[in-house]
Amino acid sequence: MSDHEYVPKSKFGKWFNDRLPLLTLASHLTDYPTPKNLNYWWTFGGILSFCLIIQIVTGLTLAMHYIAHADLAFESVEHIMRDVNYGWLIRYVHANGASMFFLAVYIHIFRSLFYGSYKSPREIIWIIGIIIYLLMMAAAFMGYVLPWGQMSFWGATVITNLFSAIPLVGEGIVNWLWGGYSVDNPTLTRFFTLHYLIPFLILGLVVLHIWALHIPGNNNPVGIDVKKPSKDTVPFHPYIVIKDAFALLMFMIVFAFFVFYSPNILGHADNYIEANPMVTPAHIVPEWYLLPFYAILRSVPDKLMGVVAMLSAILILAALPWLDTSKIRSAVFRPLYKQFYWILLADVLILGYVGAMPAEGLYLLIARVATAYYFIHFLMILPILGFKEKTIPLPLSITEPVLGGFPNAAIVKRKESLD
Amino acid sequence: MKNIFKTSYLIILLLVGTNQVIAAEKVELLKTDWSFKGLFGKFDRGSLQRGYQVYTEVCASCHSMKYVSYRNLFEPGGPEFSEDQAKAIAANFEVTDGPNSDGEMFTRSAKLSDKFVMPFANVKAAQAANGGAYPPDMSVLAKARSGGVDYIYSVLLGYENPPSGVILDDGVYYNKYMYGNNIKMSEPLSEGLVEYSDGTIASKEQMAKDVTTFLMWTAEPHLEARHKMGFKAILYLIILTILVYFSMKKIWSRIESEV
Repeated sequence: MSDHEYVPKSKFGKWFNDRLPLLTLASHLTDYPTPKNLNYWWTFGGILSFCLIIQIVTGLTLAMHYIAHADLAFESVEHIMRDVNYGWLIRYVHANGASMFFLAVYIHIFRSLFYGSYKSPREIIWIIGIIIYLLMMAAAFMGYVLPWGQMSFWGATVITNLFSAIPLVGEGIVNWLWGGYSVDNPTLTRFFTLHYLIPFLILGLVVLHIWALHIPGNNNPVGIDVKKPSKDTVPFHPYIVIKDAFALLMFMIVFAFFVFYSPNILGHADNYIEANPMVTPAHIVPEWYLLPFYAILRSVPDKLMGVVAMLSAILILAALPWLDTSKIRSAVFRPLYKQFYWILLADVLILGYVGAMPAEGLYLLIARVATAYYFIHFLMILPILGFKEKTIPLPLSITEPVLGGFPNAAIVKRKESLD
Repeated sequence: MKNIFKTSYLIILLLVGTNQVIAAEKVELLKTDWSFKGLFGKFDRGSLQRGYQVYTEVCASCHSMKYVSYRNLFEPGGPEFSEDQAKAIAANFEVTDGPNSDGEMFTRSAKLSDKFVMPFANVKAAQAANGGAYPPDMSVLAKARSGGVDYIYSVLLGYENPPSGVILDDGVYYNKYMYGNNIKMSEPLSEGLVEYSDGTIASKEQMAKDVTTFLMWTAEPHLEARHKMGFKAILYLIILTILVYFSMKKIWSRIESEV
């Protein structure tokens, strides 16, 4: 199971490996000692890699048929849907793939929040993850603009206009982003270029994300360090590979259901109307995965402060390893944190819900309370909780949490079987 | 712990509740049986052919359908006219082609490869002929309205006399299901407006259903292929998932741990 003493068997293999240690890398990846108590929430890393590859492959194919021009983009998408062989399949996989990608990334992030995977020594993994998440949002937003439907056009107008909130240079920046005085052809072509570029940046960051993961190794549901390799760990192949494959297949069934039976349910009907700068849609809403941040943006009356609040809501996550002062990783042993974790999850879901509703009356009030709570959670509750909370004693190892018969062994067991 | 679940559950209930109240103010759309819904949903061939007839005799005088070609009319999964029928349909229309070897544009009758000929040369011409309102292109209309086919079906049947107190401008009609209830299209359907060659009685509901089915097909011409492939793909995935599950159990049985 050791990953440093690998020697290829064949003479050629040894010759090659001395010059470029690809075989050592492969051996490291297959033997990589992984905690054996990982539950299914840990399979979303593999699922996310799959999503990225699917988006890149379908995206490349679409780019062969798509025309990035304000007069032709909408028509070229219809051409893909009607006349390109299996074009409808490729486009629906790509469009729903974006939603599935975000679904998986949210589960991945909330898994990390529950089990404290962002804490020392995994801060760099977490921060790279946040950058990936930011790039995903940029890629998704620009991708949504490409079909040049009504929501594409007006979504692009609303989001790029946010930059006009910057004092003094705001207007200039917006014109620079647009490449003109409104969202138009130059905007579309640059969005297409960036939409094509960003996934490869993400791919590079994913390599770093995994590299950084392989230094300390995986966290686990109990949240204590494992000795590796030991009875606590299993080699990545075949144990984790087969488990990831099983989870991925389950995920693909859900994915396929969207693609084949309700391919447009996550989109907006208005995006099948060609972009028209003269007609504004009744409600301009972003895709579902951006709604919580949209709600935060709209809950602040001042435009500049709204933008600041929205950006802070994302960037605050990067500071999380230091905002959370507790040394205990897993929420299993943090009875109070666990409660606040569920409240935060409910809070984000509520934000997403009100983000889809018109910003008025009761909805606006709910959005404001939920926004305030979001920041209170990270800036006040988490730092204080680390000092005040009475945590449950940790087991000695993940293999023998019952050793010595400590009183909460039953809780751990139950928790594990639940997961 | 349980309290937290209860509170969040209550919050969600409350939100759903308020949504229901708001939704109740909207008008419930008319429903009908669509043959193309569901796991094995397919188009009703007869309905598609009748729907084409309604479109071409009624809608097409104002509404274009610029992404659909005449060849689509005989391709599998659509109305499936015979190739000769589709050719004959195309031949009824004239298109401008060219330039020819003398550099002149000329008109010829449409071929299977041509897109549906548009009733107006451009949007401005369409607006000029329709009191300023542009009759939207119908190619993807069924996907371009929230409520989809139910919405279109309802609007076609939703013409009513305006409630007392509502005063309409000239050339504006009252429709129960249209957003804002004002529509610039006069009621397009009336009993027996078209004469179906297959003997189906051309009631308003029948015509609305047929033409809406046709619009669903023009918006999703590969819907049948999608449903067929989806069933196979999901069945395949389920079988593979079961196999992988047992492989996983077997592999993990080597260690004393639960998966």
